Amino acid sequence: MKKKEYGRKMGGHSNWPEWIYVGIVIALMLWVGAEAWNVERLVEHVPEGAEVIKVTGQQWFWTFEHEDGTKEIGELHVEKGKAYKFEITAKDVNHSFNIHDYVVLMDAIPGRVNTVWFAPTDVGEHDIQCREYCGLIHYNMRGTLYVEEPSS
Amino acid sequence: MVLELQKPRPIWQIMFSTHHTDVGLLYLITSMSFLFMGGALALAIRAELFLPGAQIIGDAMTFNRIFTVHGTTLIFLFIIPFASAVGNYFVPIMVRYKDMAYPKLNAIAFWMIPPAGALIWLGFADFTWYATPPYSIISAPGPAADMWIFGLKILGISSVLGAINFVVTILKCKHPDMSIGQVPLLAWSFLSSSLIILVAIPTFAAALLMLLTDRLGVTGFFNPAMGGDPIAYAHLFWFTFHPEVYVLVIPAIGMMYEIIPRFSRRPIFSYNSGVFAFVLLSIVGFSSWAHHMYATGMSFTEKTVFMVGTLAAVPASAMHVFNFIATMWNGRIRFATPMMWAVGGIALFFSAGAGGVANAAMPLDFTTHDTYWVVGHFHLFVMGTIAFGSIGYFYYMFPYVTGRMYNETMGKVHFVMSFIGTILVFFTQHVLGLYGMPRRIFDYPPIPEWIAMNQIVTVGAMIIGVSMAIFLGNMIYSSAKGKPVDAHDPFELGGKYYYPFEQKNPHH
Ligand code: HEM
Ligand SMILES: [Cu+2]
Ligand SMILES: [Cu+2]
Repeated sequence: MKKKEYGRKMGGHSNWPEWIYVGIVIALMLWVGAEAWNVERLVEHVPEGAEVIKVTGQQWFWTFEHEDGTKEIGELHVEKGKAYKFEITAKDVNHSFNIHDYVVLMDAIPGRVNTVWFAPTDVGEHDIQCREYCGLIHYNMRGTLYVEEPSS
Repeated sequence: MVLELQKPRPIWQIMFSTHHTDVGLLYLITSMSFLFMGGALALAIRAELFLPGAQIIGDAMTFNRIFTVHGTTLIFLFIIPFASAVGNYFVPIMVRYKDMAYPKLNAIAFWMIPPAGALIWLGFADFTWYATPPYSIISAPGPAADMWIFGLKILGISSVLGAINFVVTILKCKHPDMSIGQVPLLAWSFLSSSLIILVAIPTFAAALLMLLTDRLGVTGFFNPAMGGDPIAYAHLFWFTFHPEVYVLVIPAIGMMYEIIPRFSRRPIFSYNSGVFAFVLLSIVGFSSWAHHMYATGMSFTEKTVFMVGTLAAVPASAMHVFNFIATMWNGRIRFATPMMWAVGGIALFFSAGAGGVANAAMPLDFTTHDTYWVVGHFHLFVMGTIAFGSIGYFYYMFPYVTGRMYNETMGKVHFVMSFIGTILVFFTQHVLGLYGMPRRIFDYPPIPEWIAMNQIVTVGAMIIGVSMAIFLGNMIYSSAKGKPVDAHDPFELGGKYYYPFEQKNPHH
């Protein structure tokens, strides 16, 4: 290839394919961003009348306190079809409250209360785990969620 | 360019030298040693996780220490010093200056690394490479934790000194005949990453000191029991370390900019777009740090801002991929070992980026965050892109440094095995994350899918391990007994044109 021709081809003057490509990437990012924004907005809207469950993480177990004052350790019993709002905090170090099957994930941080909600749809058992490193028994800071038929 | 290892010299002559290629050699040997040490820890982690229940590592504490030191080692003692090695060898030659701008400072920056490495390895802390409070303040056992803090402090200073040296060398010492628009892309990558270091590192340096005084109990910046806020630490940490991931990746991309055009026997498709993408990345990289913190309870608005900041950095990375593919498109490619690593690295870079976009989209991040997905994601960068680019470059500079050729067949075997292993390990980890397995766990319940995937990951890791042993053997053998090369064209690409930095800096 001659010097001149090569300068024209490689010098960046006629690289329209790159502009098209960058345009496509930008468009894709705009789409991902808009979609994510929209979904997150809906997901974060806590339904009215959601029952509050206080969740406390500490090395290395979870404690739950229902609205009526009953407490559970390592197990959580809820009713199908109801909405629940978790108010999550921690006693000692950071933890992260996670029910993977329902995409419930929120850090438990001492001195703060974080909220997240969910509404179980089917009767069954699901794993509860800690997803933030919290020391020695982090790997076994697990519990079980029991979704039951409504009582009345 | 002839890099002088051909004439044997006593080791102390190299150790006390301030010449840029000698300091480069010291960086090179140190970083490669840490690659193998950190890699050995990875294999221990994988052996442990092959099955549920305790396997080879007796207890959780030891396991936690191992993955902490693994991560710390490979990021701070392999990736960063390796980039400094390449920068030391090539940047002065590329800007046509006799040495780095401040040779003594350069040697000092290097000599801070071995003591820092010793602190990290002798301490063997357990609080993960984040050192998140309050765990790191009230729970992490000393003196390991304190030694880690001092080690990182020293490494931070070393990087800042190195960065100042690169910036001055490139901007002030380049040959007067050379405009900044003629500086090769590898040197541009060092300019960009050094500027990021100078802006990003001081924040974490401050946070480390605050962490130390918190541990001593004299302050309570991050300790909620004393009215402090652990989230403040997370912001300071990620304000440094999100930009830092670009510090890690940009030099590796720069190395690919050396390898790919040369082995495609064609100039880079667009020099301007490469420069533009580097500079853009080093600015936009500062707008995304809190994408690591979606689950800490940030407001919807905060999350949106950081999602937008993250997505904004994607086009810049995508431009590099385009540039590489466009360069190879009509090239006369010679798939020698360095080229294979570079091309494999680009493929993995692309997959890593695609996964990153999924993490950035806020609702999806609640599925992936702190699961094995994230482990898979960042390893496609640190291993798939950065280690691949670096190892490719290592093969590329090997004949210049030693005057001898490595064994090409073994180099290719190394690549093929590592590539297969990397896909097995890190793609599988993404899926494992979707199945909910948290990261940083010593043991896991016997869920059949988890067991199966963990076994695939471990097998993949062992394949990488074997290939790395082949690599080590090849390097040791070839540096002593390899075929002597024609330093003007060791890869037989034909034509001087492909080695534009035909020059050598004599010792002074
Ligand atoms: C043979 C290849 C490798 C394998 C199999 C491997 C495996 C692993 C595993 C199993 C973990 C622990 C995950 C957990 O948190 O539970 C980990 C963490 C990590 N690895 Fe690797 N790794 C490899 C190479 C690398 C390389 C080349 C780098 C850097 C250049 C690196 C950087 C890290 C970092 C930063 C962490 C996070 C540590 C932490 O969370 O404290 N790894 N790796
Ligand atoms: Cu935990
Ligand atoms: Cu980040």
